[in-house]
Amino acid sequence: MTDALLDAHLVVRRGTFQLDVELRVGRGETVALLGPNGAGKTTALRSLAGLTPLSDGRLSLDDRVLDHPRGRVWTPPEDRPIGVVFQDYLLFPHLSARDNVAFGPRRHGVERRAAHAIADRWLDRVGLAEFGRRKPRGLSGGQAQRVALARALAVDPVLLLLDEPLAALDARTRLETRTELHRHLAAHPGATLLVTHDPLDALVLADRLVIVEHGRVVQEGDAATITARPRTDYVAQLVGLNLYRGHADGHSVDLAGGFTLTSTDSVHGDAYVAFPPAAVALHPHQPNGSPRNTWPAVLADIQRHGDNLRVRLDGPITVSADITPAAATQLDLRPGREIWVAVKATETRAYPAD
Amino acid sequence: MRRSRVAVAGLAALLAFGFAGCGDDNPGSGTASSGNAVTGPVTVFAAASLTESFTTIGERFERARPGTTVTFSFAGSSALATQINEGAPADVFASAAPTNMAAVTSAVSPTTFVRNQLVIAVAKGNPKGVTGLAGLTGADLKVALCAAAVPCGAAARTAIEAAGVKITPVTLEQDVKAALSKVKLGEVDAALVYRTDARAAAAEIDGIEFPESAQAMNDYPIAVLKEAPNPVAAQAFVDYVLAEGITVLTEAGFQAS
Amino acid sequence: MTLTERRTGTTARVPVPLLLPAVLGLIFLLLPLVGLLARTPWSTLPQRLAEPEVVAALRLSLLTSTLATLLCLAFGVPLAWLLARVEFPGRRVVRALITVPLVLPPVVGGIALLLALGRRGLVGSWLDSTFGITLPFTTAGVVVAEAFVALPFLVIAVEGALRGADTRYEEAASTLGATRWTAFTHVTLPLVAPGIAAGAVLCWARALGEFGATITFAGNFPGITQTMPLAVYQTMESGDLEGAVVLSLILLAVSVTILAALRDRWLTSS
Repeated sequence: MTDALLDAHLVVRRGTFQLDVELRVGRGETVALLGPNGAGKTTALRSLAGLTPLSDGRLSLDDRVLDHPRGRVWTPPEDRPIGVVFQDYLLFPHLSARDNVAFGPRRHGVERRAAHAIADRWLDRVGLAEFGRRKPRGLSGGQAQRVALARALAVDPVLLLLDEPLAALDARTRLETRTELHRHLAAHPGATLLVTHDPLDALVLADRLVIVEHGRVVQEGDAATITARPRTDYVAQLVGLNLYRGHADGHSVDLAGGFTLTSTDSVHGDAYVAFPPAAVALHPHQPNGSPRNTWPAVLADIQRHGDNLRVRLDGPITVSADITPAAATQLDLRPGREIWVAVKATETRAYPAD
Repeated sequence: MRRSRVAVAGLAALLAFGFAGCGDDNPGSGTASSGNAVTGPVTVFAAASLTESFTTIGERFERARPGTTVTFSFAGSSALATQINEGAPADVFASAAPTNMAAVTSAVSPTTFVRNQLVIAVAKGNPKGVTGLAGLTGADLKVALCAAAVPCGAAARTAIEAAGVKITPVTLEQDVKAALSKVKLGEVDAALVYRTDARAAAAEIDGIEFPESAQAMNDYPIAVLKEAPNPVAAQAFVDYVLAEGITVLTEAGFQAS
Repeated sequence: MTLTERRTGTTARVPVPLLLPAVLGLIFLLLPLVGLLARTPWSTLPQRLAEPEVVAALRLSLLTSTLATLLCLAFGVPLAWLLARVEFPGRRVVRALITVPLVLPPVVGGIALLLALGRRGLVGSWLDSTFGITLPFTTAGVVVAEAFVALPFLVIAVEGALRGADTRYEEAASTLGATRWTAFTHVTLPLVAPGIAAGAVLCWARALGEFGATITFAGNFPGITQTMPLAVYQTMESGDLEGAVVLSLILLAVSVTILAALRDRWLTSS
């Protein structure tokens, strides 16, 4: 990680909120900063761009220190080799798409005609060659997003920042744009940091995920690791797993309240246990036989989830379960119904907490 | 809802009232003057140059005739004449020139009560050494005159013609007080103003007498107005000015006519 | 109020508590104008327009109010930007001070200008002794007086527009390499152009109608400092009320024509 292009320890204090995250992004790498609303993702992006100065910490890009409060170093946004795609794009409404894209090169001293040539090339790359003369208000959401991307890339940034790049698009456009965006990010030779609260965007677009909650990094790693071994409720929810923390002694993990889950994995010490909602089986009476993990529960809530139903069950532990509508009818599921829950030990995943 | 309706009604009433006022010619609607008792309010429209003297005379009149209150409106004579013709509720008009009095159709037999003459107002100590009208012709000297439309301007024009000199003013002021204040502020070096105004401002400026002013003597007429709301007290005020008031006026620099 | 209602019956749906005062307000504004029109001796109008003094006053009015507006733009837009975008101690006080010329009776404003920029004034005496420049009784003096009275209109309008404009566009510009200055000229100015135009129109109209400060600071001399409002006043002072009405109407007609033409040209284009 020493050859990281972006090497940052971002500390921003604002009132009672404090952001304190360390970020490293390598050349050609795309990292997604994922977290719930108010986690500090946008603050992190703004501090990287120079729109919010750091309170402490250090930010260096391509071996150049851009912000270091203790060293009295601060570089204004216009002098940072950073391009930003803003959440609602912020295309200048009085300029054509072409002039929007040429804006950056012009400010970097490129002569008008050359800047227009650069703009045309970028518009062509994002598939909008014919839309150069259009004003932003004449563009669809997806087109505006592509112009914004072209505008940010036209200055050849060492670091490309994207703030919720797909959030403003409708579901259909988002699907197409996501695929296309992935292609452009893969082609970007510099570092890319993507801020999002949508796990799908993060999984599709990023090589690595950094998850922030309450201004701190709670977990980071590649998509496979994080989906397999979530470490917070937020992450578990994000990847759709039931997650519990307890103390493990071999195959059994003791949770708070004296409840014990059994897993085929063997761990010792503080540990997490996770299993998908689909692994939860429901029975009208206490089942006898193989499943080790069985307990009585009360149905709290029932919701549609894709083709299936997702039910939430209260009991010694709260779990989510996915069942088919047919099964639900058979079991006469409605809120308040008492029912037995069973989870096979082979379906659970146990792993150390630290 | 209710409150907004009340406000609207109020506004409508206000507008209606305004219309009524516009409609005008209220025929002697004065109420205070029944019989021959001199009492109630008297409204006097007087030329700006009478400000100091008339204020004093008004106070003395109120003391001499208890029960009366005198209200003044001081302005340029022509502005006052316009206001009276447009229906302003005045009892007495005292003008700084006969022409403005003549313009007022409702003036009842005007009498000339004093005369005023021009002097050259210069900065205290007369730094430019002005001695007469001939001294005002230099290009390096800034002179303010009254506009020809107002009495002091008409008088100035007559005096300058009588002197046979050519004076190019930098400004034509709308009344004598404005011309005087330009001298006070040092913006001009000299202005032709009334002797009375120069005397009232003696602490700040010097007044230089010049012979041609005798040929541009300004008559001040005074008259009760036909539509005076309080004609009895109005006549009493005019009589008072013509008798006891003259002393105050001559002290201020006016000449008795 | 649903969307369909708004699409179909527009005027029929205006609530009476709004409509009634609105109409009364309009009447209140227009009635004096009707009064002027009722007194206008139309036959003498062309004759008046041919008088050299009237032509000179009209020309001077248009010239000085336009120059005053340009002066206000040059100083007022940066001032508005400062007030809208930069936190500095005493900003609220400065904002309040800017409205002073609005509150001050224009004649007092004229006196204040004399005391500051007159021949004996605080700065004026220095201007006179160092450069030999005196402003009172000059056309430049008229421009200064008009600009003084009209500047607040521009500053307030432009500051409002700047506060309403999204500052994130400026941030976007800065991430693309624009300095604060280039962000201002290339992004902020075009974004608030309609606000600036509105402010300039207000400013110009106020300068065109300016009387008190002008006559006090710049004096009254035909061809040099006598603008239309001064000519109107002088005509009225000489007892010629009808003449004054005609001159006022000429001023009114010319300004309305110019504003209407400008609106068609560039106010609606953006």
